[in-house]
Amino acid sequence: MNNNNVIEVEDLTKMFGDFTAVNAITFEVKKGEIFGFLGANGAGKTTAMKMLIGISHPTSGKAKVAGYDVYTNTEDIKKNIGYMSQKFALYDDLTVKENITFFGGIYGLSRARINEKAKELINDLGLKDVANHLVGSLPLGWKQKIAFSVSLLHDPKVVFLDEPTGGVDPITRRQFWEMIYKASQSGTTVFVTTHYMDEAEYCDRVSIMVDGKIEALDTPRKLKEQFSVETMNDVFLKLARG
Amino acid sequence: MKRFIGFAKKEFYHIFRDKRSLFILFGMPIVQILLFGFAITNEINNVDIAVLDHSKDATTLEIINKISASKYFSIKQIVEGEADIESIFKKGKIKAILSFENEFNKKLIKENKATIQIITDATDPNTANTISNYVNAILQNYQKELNIDTKNTYQIIPQTRMAYNPELKSVFMFVPGVMTIILMLVSAMMTSISITREKELGTMEILLVSPIKPFQVIIGKVVPYIFLSVINAIVIIVLSIFIFKMPVQGSLLLLAFESVLFIISALALGILISTISATQQTAMMISLMGLMLPVILLSGFIFPISSMPFALQVISNIVPAKWFIIIVKGIMLKGVGLQYLWKETSILLGMTVFFIGISVKKYKIRLE
Repeated sequence: MNNNNVIEVEDLTKMFGDFTAVNAITFEVKKGEIFGFLGANGAGKTTAMKMLIGISHPTSGKAKVAGYDVYTNTEDIKKNIGYMSQKFALYDDLTVKENITFFGGIYGLSRARINEKAKELINDLGLKDVANHLVGSLPLGWKQKIAFSVSLLHDPKVVFLDEPTGGVDPITRRQFWEMIYKASQSGTTVFVTTHYMDEAEYCDRVSIMVDGKIEALDTPRKLKEQFSVETMNDVFLKLARG
Repeated sequence: MKRFIGFAKKEFYHIFRDKRSLFILFGMPIVQILLFGFAITNEINNVDIAVLDHSKDATTLEIINKISASKYFSIKQIVEGEADIESIFKKGKIKAILSFENEFNKKLIKENKATIQIITDATDPNTANTISNYVNAILQNYQKELNIDTKNTYQIIPQTRMAYNPELKSVFMFVPGVMTIILMLVSAMMTSISITREKELGTMEILLVSPIKPFQVIIGKVVPYIFLSVINAIVIIVLSIFIFKMPVQGSLLLLAFESVLFIISALALGILISTISATQQTAMMISLMGLMLPVILLSGFIFPISSMPFALQVISNIVPAKWFIIIVKGIMLKGVGLQYLWKETSILLGMTVFFIGISVKKYKIRLE
């Protein structure tokens, strides 16, 4: 494995009975990169991602995440990745602080480390006034930011974001992407699925999945050149209409 | 271990911050046990009856006095003629009418025989039956007194002794049943709801992606409920001892052990339910329909199993609650130990192991 690659995938395939959800995809993601994983609903994004985060076994092919094999070392993978789902799943009936303590705890962080991290996180997000409020009482945009910060608590090598901006307003989305940039600058690799094509422009490189296959993979600029269009949206439309 | 404590702490936050769960956990047992103990009973007390006395002689008067002196009946009305009977029952307050035939005393002396008719309002058959039994008992008593001087008749006098519950208190029957229902409800329904809730919220996915192992998640979810169920069992037993004077003839330790065994089997069922239901609503419906109904109907709690159709008797064997109720009654009322209850205990143990087995397997399948 190349030392600069955090994710390496080769011919990774997942079948459900006769149906091929993910069809021999191959790609790699470099350290510190923001990698956009695009595709229409049902194209196989989520299935592919589930194999990478160790909750679904591949049918065939090879994949390594953070240097660990997805067949044999899922436990090590889990320690080295962060994950945020499209539901921004936090416990609504726990306070911001209690959520941080709980998730820090299940990643095995020490009490001192959790306290330090909690302080830092609450300061960075400007949550001082609401640190002891129940998460359920906070607006969606705040939950999203907290959920992202919580997924970074244990300093993972890669963080997987599954459609992290669904249902939030454009300004909050913009702020959220600033957080993603910050994480990437501090060396965390970001693997993000989305179907907002404007967000694809913010990524270092994007892959576009159509019917279980990766049909395009490059920087947004090169993809636009290759398809001779102005926006990522047009790239996507050209590919999807085949 | 530290992870586990953090997990259990979180689980307690969930429970104590949700008024609904709190009520189900702590309000329900107390309300149920008091309701069943005080309100629902097979005994009768101060039942309103009426008397239609055609002869009005010394004997009938004495019988009437005896009946009204008992705490079971209070004579509310003297009926003048047969014609009034119908309208009295229709009003609904009077549950039974005693009708003495003409020249009661005379017939009794001359023919050694006289008739009393007991007419009961059988819209509630159980009460009607009980009333007629009680009246019969009073009459038999009176007859015995009459026969003391005359030595000419042969008599067979049955002496009935109601073993283990001499006063036939229905609360003795309800406490084991209510305890079973509540432990089932708390353990199975609450766990299945709390696990499906995490699925619904998406936090289960986050937990699965984290280094915490699936069985640790389950243990973390289940242990707080074992703890709360044990507290519930203690509350119920204390209430039944101090308020309803229910005896605990056998070993409290054995009772505690059996209760924990039953709690664990119910928890395993709860986990099983959570693996097959996607939402909290489904989990609740399955728990109510699939667990509560059999517990109430097929466990022998209210309806005696021996008088059920054969098919239902067979089915009742797979209801864990049936065995637990037998065990609880055995320990509390009969004071028997493990040497008599080993069969029921091993059946319960077997079921528990079986349920844990399939729920673990099911849980794994779900994760692929």
